[in-house]
Amino acid sequence: MKRHLATVLLSASTLILPATLWAADPAAGAAGWTKEYPQADGSAPRSCVTCHGRDLTQPGRQANTGKVIEPMAPSVNPQRLTDSAKIEKWLTRNCRWTLGRECTANEKADFIAYIKTQ
Amino acid sequence: MNPFPLKSVLTLLLTGALAMGTAHLAFADDDDDDDDDERGREKSSLFESRQALAPAVNATYSQECGSCHMAYPPGLLPPQAWAQIMTPEALANHYGDDASLSEELRTEISTFLGANAANVMLQMVPSGASNAGAASSLPRITESVDFKREHDEIPARLVTGNPEVGSFSQCNACHRKAAEGNYDERWIDIPGHGPWKD
Repeated sequence: MKRHLATVLLSASTLILPATLWAADPAAGAAGWTKEYPQADGSAPRSCVTCHGRDLTQPGRQANTGKVIEPMAPSVNPQRLTDSAKIEKWLTRNCRWTLGRECTANEKADFIAYIKTQ
Repeated sequence: MNPFPLKSVLTLLLTGALAMGTAHLAFADDDDDDDDDERGREKSSLFESRQALAPAVNATYSQECGSCHMAYPPGLLPPQAWAQIMTPEALANHYGDDASLSEELRTEISTFLGANAANVMLQMVPSGASNAGAASSLPRITESVDFKREHDEIPARLVTGNPEVGSFSQCNACHRKAAEGNYDERWIDIPGHGPWKD
């Protein structure tokens, strides 16, 4: 019985812990969106705005190739945030390119939470 | 009286004919060699042939690579070049961008590119000075001898100085059928300038 209780507690904590880690904060995501990161190779500082712009309901422009990036806001582009593999891929690439490292689970959750509000 | 007896004339004619025959054979051989060379040259010069590249389509390639830039026809680079571009390390620094792919996607796209690559050796212009940085070691279509020769008369103002073009990497900004592998001159339309005749 005691062992059973321990199992239950352990399971509960494993469920709750990630939930607290993933307590996504749209405001933090918004702040992260415009935060500029200096680049080690001497190129201009980058932020999400560099390619996506400040207004997520507007299209962006890939900084290197100039290709148009469809708006990130689900309110005008319902396709956004519907494909988890796509979200993971772009967060990985874009965090590396912009921040110079991969984003933490927290940071990613914040970005997603912010995009959802747009 | 006759300085050329009939027999001598016949011998001469026959010898001549034989000689010409041999010569013809020799020339024929040369012709064959020339043909081979010609074919070889055509093969080694994608841009000279002016033929549309074999249309090669792969939905994953178009989706993954085409989300940032035109999905360049695989026939524009030889297999070794695509292989260099498609290593995980190279993708993480893809001409200044991070283009990392999952292993599954990377394998699929690499296979597609390798199978449809150009059957040629790529001759690169030996300067590389224009591309500083770690990504400079990656092959560039725009740095190939063939590409340079085809574009050497295009003034910079029409490309790098043209906000609607920006760079020679944007094939489809001027080559209206580039994505289909058709670089024929008749489909050139330089934004703000119009058609281009060589």
